[in-house]
Amino acid sequence: MSEARFDVKYVAHLARLALTPEEEKKLAAQLGNILGHIEQLKQLDVSNVEPTAHAVPMVNVTRPDRVRPSLPHEAALRNAPAQANGLFMVPRIVE
Amino acid sequence: MLNQLTISELTARLAKREVSARQAMQACLDRIQRVDGRLHAFLSHDAADALAQADAADKAIAAGTTHAQQPLLGVPVALKDVIAVKNHPLNCGSKILGRFVSPYDATVVEKLRAAGAVVFGRLNMDEFAMGSSTENSAFGLTKNPWDMSRIPGGSSGGSAAAVAADECIAALGSDTGGSIRQPASLCGCVGLKPTYGRVSRYGLVAFASSLDQIGPFTKDVRDAATLLRVISGQDPHDSTSVPQAVPDYGAKLDGNIKGLRLGLPKEYMVGGLDPEVKAAVDAAVKQLQSLGATVEEISLPHTDYGVSVYYIIATAEASANLARFDGIRYGARVDGADPAELYSKTRGAGFGAEVKRRIILGTYVLSSGYYDAYYLRAQKVRTLIRNDFLKAFEQVDAIVTPTAPTAAFKIGEKSDDPLQMYLSDIFTISCNLAGICGVSVPCGFTRSPKLPIGLQFLGQPFGEETMLRLAHAYEQSTGWHREKPPLA
Repeated sequence: MSEARFDVKYVAHLARLALTPEEEKKLAAQLGNILGHIEQLKQLDVSNVEPTAHAVPMVNVTRPDRVRPSLPHEAALRNAPAQANGLFMVPRIVE
Repeated sequence: MLNQLTISELTARLAKREVSARQAMQACLDRIQRVDGRLHAFLSHDAADALAQADAADKAIAAGTTHAQQPLLGVPVALKDVIAVKNHPLNCGSKILGRFVSPYDATVVEKLRAAGAVVFGRLNMDEFAMGSSTENSAFGLTKNPWDMSRIPGGSSGGSAAAVAADECIAALGSDTGGSIRQPASLCGCVGLKPTYGRVSRYGLVAFASSLDQIGPFTKDVRDAATLLRVISGQDPHDSTSVPQAVPDYGAKLDGNIKGLRLGLPKEYMVGGLDPEVKAAVDAAVKQLQSLGATVEEISLPHTDYGVSVYYIIATAEASANLARFDGIRYGARVDGADPAELYSKTRGAGFGAEVKRRIILGTYVLSSGYYDAYYLRAQKVRTLIRNDFLKAFEQVDAIVTPTAPTAAFKIGEKSDDPLQMYLSDIFTISCNLAGICGVSVPCGFTRSPKLPIGLQFLGQPFGEETMLRLAHAYEQSTGWHREKPPLA
């Protein structure tokens, strides 16, 4: 099934995911096929069914709001691709 | 050979001081040296660190520590490359993590250490646990120890292959839609997915948070019970872990299953089921009946929708979870003129084809205008699937099915057809959607080539005890689990 409304470029932009033109072409075909299969869900009447987000038999899990030890500064920065002065380096955000 | 032992056999010999933990660890390392160049179950392992832990275990044993106090004292346990071990690499089978080194131990790792285990190795996997063949690893594929031209299953293919090939005594993997049970089935070992919430996910890199669970790969069912008991329990670091008490799962493995009721879902014994798999499962069902279990046909009417629901919910959750891999705080980075370009290029270069496919699909089903049609509808059908199981469990104690529709397939056979690959998960996927538990045990072999076939037991939520009793009684009445792959 080729889905005209499935715009790979746009979705890739939403996902902040750079794709090559070949990847876009291949993904469009494969995802059209997968979405075609998924269409089967429309056969079911779900008008009176509550959604399930998870299967944990618990609600509103809380813990005491107390300060606890967290990752030391150096450990948090240890895997940074770029760092300076104890901070993560990023490209310029404001002019 | 010590590396071939089960946990119970090894700990018995360690306790009698017949062997040392160092000898056991060395036997595993020797085995890795001998076969892993061909098998490629391990991405890496630190032999010196493993031997140092083994020496510490030997000291503890010499000082009088017992296996009643520390049930895994001196037992080498290897880990899938998705579970954090402090100061060891963690890549999730992906290039995007670069040279990431974990800053802390996962809760399951803390628990293994507290139980005295020798925790070692990084086991290969499909990138971010997305796949059913381990062909999606950025670091090359893992072979099936029974036939080197075939895949070991996935996503925990490295864990299954390593246990089946006796490169370790036991291993941990993770299961989001079958990623423990399916490779265990295809490699001929025991693989258990606990009930959602049974085991803490803290330190498990998230794929689909409402479906992921960590679980054991072992050489027999008793070992799975031992390992499950060690890693289970509520954890303040994971709000989805539950307060239910952790039973001694091994205590009731006495072979007596008289009067237990088993359900055979009629929807699972049709379609693309391989005739040899069907024959093996039919024979296993007869065997269970001869052991005293009753078997009745049940219906799980929404089975056919499982794959569709799964590939909406799992990809939606994955697209959100994998947003963190942006090249800023850790992992590889490809520079860009602004942050958006940096993110986009980093992710484009760092993720493999299957991960990109799932991120795109997951982003799409959550995007404005499609959320209700796909994601919300899938969550509603998830309710129907869960209700199918809860209803069935009013009637039976556990459900028995094939684990996978076929034995291990050839390398490359399905890698160009993602939908066919997804459909091969049909028997394992619903268990995660429903949040129940499941275990795969060996139940025979195909004739030529000789490849393992797996039998799946599905248990009630927190019904691991009964499920393990059934699996153990079946296993002990057959010799399938003792067969070894032809790997010299």
